[in-house]
Amino acid sequence: MANNTKNVMIVGVGGQGSLLASKLLGALLTDEGYDVKVSEVHGMSQRGGSVVTYVRYGEKVYSPIIAEGEADFIVSFEKLEAARYAGCLRKDGKIIVNAQSIDPMPVIIGNATYPEDILDELKGKGLFVDDIDAYGLAVEAGNGKSTNIVLMGRLAKYFDIPYDKWIEAIKKQVKPQFVDVNIKAFELGYNF
Amino acid sequence: MKRLMLGNEAIARGLYEAGVDLVSSYPGTPSTEITEIAATYDDIYCEWAPNEKVACEVAFGASLRGARSACAMKHVGLNVAADPLFTLSYTGVNGGLVIFVADDPAMHSSQNEQDSRHYAIASKVPMLEPADSGEAKEFVKEAYRISEEYDTPVIIRMCTRIAHSQSLVELCDREHRDLPAYEKNPQKYIMVPGNAIKKHPVVEERTRKLVALGEETALNRVEMGGTEKGIICSGTCYQYVKEVFGDSVSVLKIGLVNPLPEKLIKDFAAKVDKLYVIEELDGIMETHVKSMGIDCIGKEMFSPLGEYSQATIRKAFGMELPEVIKADSEIPMRPPIMCAGCPHRGLFYTLSKNKITCLGDIGCYTLGSAAPLFALDSTLCMGASISGLHGFNKVGGEDSEKRSVCVIGDSTFMHSGMTGLVNIAYNASNSTVIILDNSITGMTGHQQNPTTGYNIKGDPAAAVNLEELCHALGIKHVRVVDPYDLKQCEEAVLEEIAVSEPSVIISRRPCMLLKYVKAKAPVKVNPDKCVGCKQCLKIGCPAVSYKNGKAVIDTSLCVGCNVCTQMCKLGAMEKGEE
Repeated sequence: MANNTKNVMIVGVGGQGSLLASKLLGALLTDEGYDVKVSEVHGMSQRGGSVVTYVRYGEKVYSPIIAEGEADFIVSFEKLEAARYAGCLRKDGKIIVNAQSIDPMPVIIGNATYPEDILDELKGKGLFVDDIDAYGLAVEAGNGKSTNIVLMGRLAKYFDIPYDKWIEAIKKQVKPQFVDVNIKAFELGYNF
Repeated sequence: MKRLMLGNEAIARGLYEAGVDLVSSYPGTPSTEITEIAATYDDIYCEWAPNEKVACEVAFGASLRGARSACAMKHVGLNVAADPLFTLSYTGVNGGLVIFVADDPAMHSSQNEQDSRHYAIASKVPMLEPADSGEAKEFVKEAYRISEEYDTPVIIRMCTRIAHSQSLVELCDREHRDLPAYEKNPQKYIMVPGNAIKKHPVVEERTRKLVALGEETALNRVEMGGTEKGIICSGTCYQYVKEVFGDSVSVLKIGLVNPLPEKLIKDFAAKVDKLYVIEELDGIMETHVKSMGIDCIGKEMFSPLGEYSQATIRKAFGMELPEVIKADSEIPMRPPIMCAGCPHRGLFYTLSKNKITCLGDIGCYTLGSAAPLFALDSTLCMGASISGLHGFNKVGGEDSEKRSVCVIGDSTFMHSGMTGLVNIAYNASNSTVIILDNSITGMTGHQQNPTTGYNIKGDPAAAVNLEELCHALGIKHVRVVDPYDLKQCEEAVLEEIAVSEPSVIISRRPCMLLKYVKAKAPVKVNPDKCVGCKQCLKIGCPAVSYKNGKAVIDTSLCVGCNVCTQMCKLGAMEKGEE
């Protein structure tokens, strides 16, 4: 069945702040009048493991999860995680990735190797990969923890939702003391 | 007003709107947020009980007194609460009582994949299963109506993808209920044989009435579309079926999953050419349909393992799948790990280094089983470390006693570790029990427990003194160590396994992720002293890695616990300056 549901995956390493990113996106899309589903995983995998959040929106959304080859966007907080979930991307989808490497335990203890040129490999396969130093930009904005909002700023570039609506959503979803730094982070991601 | 809500948040909202007065639970992924969020409503009394059996019995007491009550747990928690459940089915309720159970197909955070629907069937209790957050909230209110009208506890079954998915929910007001005067009713509530024998036929009659309810309730609904395929489904599978087929098939969506209707299914089956049952885990609805002599396709096409998705259904029906582009390079796994500064690490390193057999338990410390520590020999269920060690040592004798320990967290010890420890003292095995006291229930996301000194609202509460408790349970050797001090850990472990009597070591330090725990300056590597021996990597800390022949500290992760500095014999790992 033809389905006009749009799919965004937010992936990263447990503890990187992907839940705030999905909360922001979910609230914004709800305000825009879409039917929205957001699926998260809590518990064990949050302890430094690979984490994935699904955000789906459209006229009527059924499944809360995104299967292989279905994602319009993959927003990744880390390079290896972008590659891990690349198979979920539609052929014409876009990967937005924080070009940071975080070694997983098998690499730390020498049982596996981190494929450092993994983003080039994905590009070589014809996938659209927009890699930015989101962590660096977040530090520039005043707090490395706003990496998630830098990435949301980057994602916003590809969305046809007005810039101001994103800023409004940030003001609503973020604690007052962090609003300024997150707006700065959003701008840096958007204008990168 | 519509709001985007987590399934568990919607359940909490449903509890509020249904006028529920009491919620008692033990945390367990994916059920925890039901109670955490219910506790944010001042009109509902909420608490963390030490285990699910206690929680269910607290809910029973509140029901007996006439209030609407609830308890929430993960699927394996219902095993613990099964004892009160089966007899609650006989007593029935005064105020409505609903048990929330969250299954975890695919075991995102669980030790097994059991299907809780079996409990509803076995205890002869009605069970509802919502398919999104909006339904979850409405089903809560319907569950209380059924509970009171049919005089029965009701179970609402969630699963990870409903509990932890957000969808839109319409908010309503809270129903006002007054607490009725208490009336004693011994025939109904004292389940001695003479009374229970009269209740069993009532339960059977109730099931017949609930089947009749299932034929007409709006909880079950037929969505006629194309009649070539008819699909019976419930919960999250309904969403996958609609995603794939839309209106091109007919669907019988079951919301009252126990007891199942008969006429509704027969009528539906008669209207479609081919009948399918799509359900995650066990073929329970399928068995019911087949037992009525109706032909259907179920587990021949769909696995009893793991969770489904729209792709599962497309594959099973041989439909076209989207093109998939993947990297050719091998992508290293990223398993969950103990955090940098985790107080369990030093203790596990001590066990691993001394090749000590260690029976484990349920919590963050289950992660001690992973590389490079490989510190655990078993993980079964809540509390099994202590009782298991006793059995292990009883048959293994002195040789075994002097080489083995078990580990259990503070919350798990409160849940079901104490009875095992009494058994060690009473039946005398020279076992060494290590309580990993990190002052919180960690894995489920920081819930208070009877040892932490705070209640669910964060208000001060009575705190169990673990040392005194262990003494009172009959253990004379009780000592406390700081797991950040490797020498102290090693001394304690080696001495306690050597003594010829039972002992308890309390490894005490609060979880590094707790807000009040302040990080210290990160460790520094002195590159002139580091020879790249990789000794520091043996503790498996995510903040310590190895690049270009030297140890490297990730200063964004390191919290200055200094366990790694104790690993380095050359003094190359230096304490950070405060």
